[in-house]
Amino acid sequence: MTDQFLYAVEVMINGLMAGVLYALVALGFVLIFKASGIFNYAQGVLALFAALTLVGLQQGQIPFAHLINAVLGTEVTHFGWHLPAAVAIVLTIGVMIVLAILIERFILKHLVNQEPIILFMATIGLAYFLEGLGDIMWGSDIKTMDVGLPQGASVWIEDNSAWLGGDGFYGFFVDKLDIVAALVAAVLVISLMIFSQYSKQGRALRAVADDHQAALSVGISLRFIWVLVWSIAGFVALVAGIMWGTKSGVQFSLSLIALKALPVLMLGGFTSIPGAIVGGLIIGVGEKLFEFTIGPMVGGATENWFAYVLALVFLVFRPQGLFGEKIIERV
Amino acid sequence: MFYREAGDFKTSYGEDSQTFPIKFDRVRYYTVLVVAFGIIPFVINDYWANAVFVPFLIYAIAAIGLNILTGYCGQVSLGTGGFMAVGAYACYKLMTAFPDVNIVFHVIGAGLITAGVGVLFGLPSLRIKGFYLAVATLAAQFFLVWLFNKVPWFYNYSASGQISAPERTILSIPVTGPNTDAWAKYMICLIFVVVLAWIARNLTRGTIGRSWMAIRDMDIAAEIIGVNPLKAKLTAFAVSSFFVGIAGALFFSVYLGAVEVGEAFGIQKSFLILFMVIIGGLGSIFGSLAGAAFLVLLPVLLKNVLVGALGWPTDLAAHLELMIVGALIIIFLIAEPHGLAQLWRVAKEKLRLWPFPH
Repeated sequence: MTDQFLYAVEVMINGLMAGVLYALVALGFVLIFKASGIFNYAQGVLALFAALTLVGLQQGQIPFAHLINAVLGTEVTHFGWHLPAAVAIVLTIGVMIVLAILIERFILKHLVNQEPIILFMATIGLAYFLEGLGDIMWGSDIKTMDVGLPQGASVWIEDNSAWLGGDGFYGFFVDKLDIVAALVAAVLVISLMIFSQYSKQGRALRAVADDHQAALSVGISLRFIWVLVWSIAGFVALVAGIMWGTKSGVQFSLSLIALKALPVLMLGGFTSIPGAIVGGLIIGVGEKLFEFTIGPMVGGATENWFAYVLALVFLVFRPQGLFGEKIIERV
Repeated sequence: MFYREAGDFKTSYGEDSQTFPIKFDRVRYYTVLVVAFGIIPFVINDYWANAVFVPFLIYAIAAIGLNILTGYCGQVSLGTGGFMAVGAYACYKLMTAFPDVNIVFHVIGAGLITAGVGVLFGLPSLRIKGFYLAVATLAAQFFLVWLFNKVPWFYNYSASGQISAPERTILSIPVTGPNTDAWAKYMICLIFVVVLAWIARNLTRGTIGRSWMAIRDMDIAAEIIGVNPLKAKLTAFAVSSFFVGIAGALFFSVYLGAVEVGEAFGIQKSFLILFMVIIGGLGSIFGSLAGAAFLVLLPVLLKNVLVGALGWPTDLAAHLELMIVGALIIIFLIAEPHGLAQLWRVAKEKLRLWPFPH
């Protein structure tokens, strides 16, 4: 095997890992879209907000410190304690649930029966709001997240794959964090599937996804289901936020991964959880390989648009995505 | 009391189908034009031109363009920033390639080139619908911005990667470049807005506008009654992109003067213009203007209040502005999903009956 081929394989493995992270964000989209037909643009900002809250709680930052200082003229920043990661995560989950309740109470409840596009716009508004809120609460500087996840190259994989190539090849470079992310994503998907197949709430959720009115008529509370599904989406966002935050720091660009999740969704179909995973992997591998092979010829940075163009071309041939339900249109 | 159809007799079909059937509206419309052309240019200063009027007028053109596509034809686009970039770079290339031609032709040429690019990216809309299309237009957004960043031909191989507008004159009055007066900037944008708004208004109430609206309301049904979806969708993309391209050209040449593509025409710009259309009102020319005015004025106002009057740090004000804009969008959508234009219509309905509503 030539070294060039091995590098391509390495790029592909790393693409797969990146794809897992995209899929994590896409998962949150799919959950909300299935349960309420809302295309939730705010998912990426939810991840950012969750990550900011986690870091802030962990380091004992005072929420709104900047605002308080500006209004009252004080100089407060920290409470002066450090929470263990597990406690901070539990507290953040609590915050995300409260957020889900507030979103349902103040936004969704009032927008029942509006057109999907209006709901979509509302989530864009929500994204702006949360972005501003996150910055005001916790400050807009770049933060490092450390919840004790392993990081750095996996020496084991490197050592055990070095024999594949010649002298110039030192084995595959794979980040430990990516492996953890892949495992977490797998666990998350399996537990979500078990939840939606076998638990009472999960069944109710699927019923709502199938038909709102029919679900209402058999006594399922739509509002409860919405709170539930936004809480789950908040939880998924937290997981994605932890992974991305550990990888590249907690900062504004975290919310842009939401945009990366969109082509993933389009490839996989908006309504399919396996689709989100497969779409994420295809996009991850595709953009890394494209950057590796074609990128140098056209000046690089093709990762910015490759996913969208791939999804666009793909959709022209299969408008409902890989695993989406067949689109039936009637007059 | 004055706002009545009564006593306003129409004696020809032309009069009967005019844009403003009520006399009071016509008077108001001409008053606005007289103020805009006859008074503001003489009292405008640099601050008002650069902070309020010029961005408002340029965004109004872009908002009308997007409204044609999204509000009238129902095709959601998130690629407006990318198409504005096409307009800006086309204008720049034309300006530097043909320095002797009047800038008005450059701007119109930029609009035409953008229309071509818009049709190209509009082609998938025949297969892809709704959210899928919205995401597909993101491909245009990211690809175009990347293209203008990476291909040096577009910015004439300048070292900084920026494009900057050379000085161009109309009737020997400079309208681009550093020596431009505030009123000249204002006037050229105003003329474009008035002409384009007039064109948009008349397009949208004619055959072509009706076919757009038929496609928006239900494309299959429209196809069955004989509207050609290919023609309707592609013309909507073309006209919309033409407007957006002109807005981009003016944004670059008249307003900013020098542009870095990722910063000036990024995804945020697409959303900003989409918000203008939503807040203003989908499917309304007046709404586009109102939405543009609202979202241009709001940050200026907030900045003056928070930073100027309360003395808060600017970054805090910027974050608060994000929150307020976000909250306003949600409140608007809950209270009045059809935007400022609908509020205006309701107010006019009330005014017709005033002061005897029963």
